Amino acid sequence: MELLSGGDMLMRALADEGVECIFGYPGGAALHIYDALFRQDKIKHILVRHEQAATHAADAFSRSTGKIGVVLVTSGPGATNAITGIATAYMDSIPMVVISGQVASERIGEDAFQETDMVGISRPIVKHSFLVKDARDIPAIIKKAFYIAGTGRPGPVVVDIPKDITSPATTFEYHYPDKVKLRSYTPAQRGHTGQIKKAVQLLLQAKRPIIYAGGGVIQGNASPQLIELARKLNAPVTNTLMGLGAYPATDRQFVGMLGMHGTVEANYAMHHSDVILAVGARFDDRVTNTTSKFCPSAKIIHIDIDPASISKTVPADVPIVGPVESVLNEMLENLKHADEKQDAAALQEWWSQIEEWRSRYGLLVKPRYIAGDKIMPQEVISTLWEVTKGDAYITSDVGQHQMFAAQYYPFDKPRRWINSGGLGTMGFGLPAAMGVQYAFRDATVACVTGEGSIQMCIQELSTCKQYNLPVKIICLNNQALGMVKQWQDMQYSSRYSESLYEDSLPDFVKLMDAYGHVGIRVTKREELKSKMEECFAMKDKTVFMDIHVEPKEHVYPMHIAPNGSMRDMWLNKTERT
Amino acid sequence: MRRIISVLMENEPGALSRVVGLFSQRGYNIESLTVAATEDATLSRMTLTTIGDDHKIEQITKHLNRLIDVVKLVDLTEGAHIERELMLIKVRASGAQRAEIKRCVDIFRGQIIDVSATVYTIQLTGTSDKLSAFYDAVGEAAILEVVRSGVSGIARGDKVLGL
Repeated sequence: MELLSGGDMLMRALADEGVECIFGYPGGAALHIYDALFRQDKIKHILVRHEQAATHAADAFSRSTGKIGVVLVTSGPGATNAITGIATAYMDSIPMVVISGQVASERIGEDAFQETDMVGISRPIVKHSFLVKDARDIPAIIKKAFYIAGTGRPGPVVVDIPKDITSPATTFEYHYPDKVKLRSYTPAQRGHTGQIKKAVQLLLQAKRPIIYAGGGVIQGNASPQLIELARKLNAPVTNTLMGLGAYPATDRQFVGMLGMHGTVEANYAMHHSDVILAVGARFDDRVTNTTSKFCPSAKIIHIDIDPASISKTVPADVPIVGPVESVLNEMLENLKHADEKQDAAALQEWWSQIEEWRSRYGLLVKPRYIAGDKIMPQEVISTLWEVTKGDAYITSDVGQHQMFAAQYYPFDKPRRWINSGGLGTMGFGLPAAMGVQYAFRDATVACVTGEGSIQMCIQELSTCKQYNLPVKIICLNNQALGMVKQWQDMQYSSRYSESLYEDSLPDFVKLMDAYGHVGIRVTKREELKSKMEECFAMKDKTVFMDIHVEPKEHVYPMHIAPNGSMRDMWLNKTERT
Repeated sequence: MRRIISVLMENEPGALSRVVGLFSQRGYNIESLTVAATEDATLSRMTLTTIGDDHKIEQITKHLNRLIDVVKLVDLTEGAHIERELMLIKVRASGAQRAEIKRCVDIFRGQIIDVSATVYTIQLTGTSDKLSAFYDAVGEAAILEVVRSGVSGIARGDKVLGL
């Protein structure tokens, strides 16, 4: 058996786990690890400019590929800088392994230089964490970390390694375990057969069914099953913000995103439904509006891998705990042998009602914005969809632009829409685009952002240069913190408390030039499409489109809160449902 | 409603902080908490008492189960069970009070385990209610110091919480 140091064992274990790349940033406590990295050639490393970006990039690598993203940072500030990204991944159930250096074992607790209790500080935002106490444990801990991160309800796992553990001075026998068994962790392998049968019956009896599918369908690779089930049942489908792409958005049965900024037809269909099939979705407060008024006549079937998600905010009538793919397969099998027939007339009536809502309110049927001389933010997204032929990877930051992208870029495939849904992390978009572009070198990757969000991780332009990552940054520049301003308009009589900064914005075109990239400013509506085509024609360049959009525009539709139900929405600044 | 939840968990560093963290993070109450190693050195057993309606208790048990270090748990209050708590209490005892307090300790089947000229130190075990009743019987004025262990519990009959 081979003798390896702790640092070498770590690298070998990662390689044995199939890791191809790590996003990270070196520092004192991680230097043994970085030296081990230098002395091997299986794993590539992407040096970011801020640890937060490393976590977002690894997170987006996970979201787009389905593999597990890996982050390597040093102790203290390296570790705390990674926290925002870990919390982002945790809220969206994204598998990720974060390795942090720690001060040497005998220094722990002494307030040593760059010491922070990483296991403690990350505890509420990780699926699990390890503090390595013996170098011999490294292979087994790495195996466990990947297993825990990627199975069940996925999530980030932190492995904190004191510096002495990775020292080259001592070597150990290396053996990577084939299997991992944890007596305290046994994620469900399949759903309860009786419950599945009950769910199928309920769906067949439904007069006004709807499928409400979330990010779990994407994480669980269950889009094909979802599509098949929806087609068999001829039920309308709505996706959550996290679930966009789980069901093809250009399909007839898709009624759009639901929730706070969802389509009217999706929210109406939910509210008036008699059976809701919730798949890998968690009845988030941005979906349900007031829970006591949520979908009063609906029976709820809830499929989720995490029992704690079921009946958390809205009680489920038929709870099914299990992997969505296996549960949906079993439902399809059940459907084949079911005696019951659907009520075709009722379903017909349900669809004509939905079509009527769609023709009256549909976003893509009749855009909610008035096109004039100014560039409308919605139009930028529609143009982006046209120019990229609806087939790009779109990452997004957080704010109005994120909602416009979710509304106006119909995603037909899973893993194409990469955004921070749960935590709502500004600064996510650009590093996320890097992670996706690194995974898919030839793909078109665009980051939809605003002039506010982009400045939260703008230093990563330098990383794009170093690794030649030709991401396209589509900045909807409205010279203000748009979503904050929208809420201030709606709830605070337009008192723009700290949401304006128009006189101090950088010249993004010059900034791009300084970083060695290309900047394009668009201020005229008639130039929008041609400039965007120009941007995407530069296949091997990182391009920033600084698009000056109408600053007064709000995102609609929008749930009326507090105390509103799913169907209570603002349609524009003056009209409501 | 008051519940007693018994948890078997990996005897790993940090396991306790994960459980305690979960309660503060999600806004659940902990009335009392005891934890110690078991006959199996790899496991520790925790008993915690909490207050909440059925929905909250369901969430608590689900979230506890979600912790990787938690091997098994049971809500003891769902079935017949025995609960005990230990209390050590120092009371002022001088003159005529001494006999009175001694009688009270006997009634509650406690023991006086240390004596000084003016103070009795008393040990008492029982349910939490019984221990609280003893306070009232002795009277607040006489009490100098109290330490309670928190509740330990176990199911009645053949039911066993084990691997």
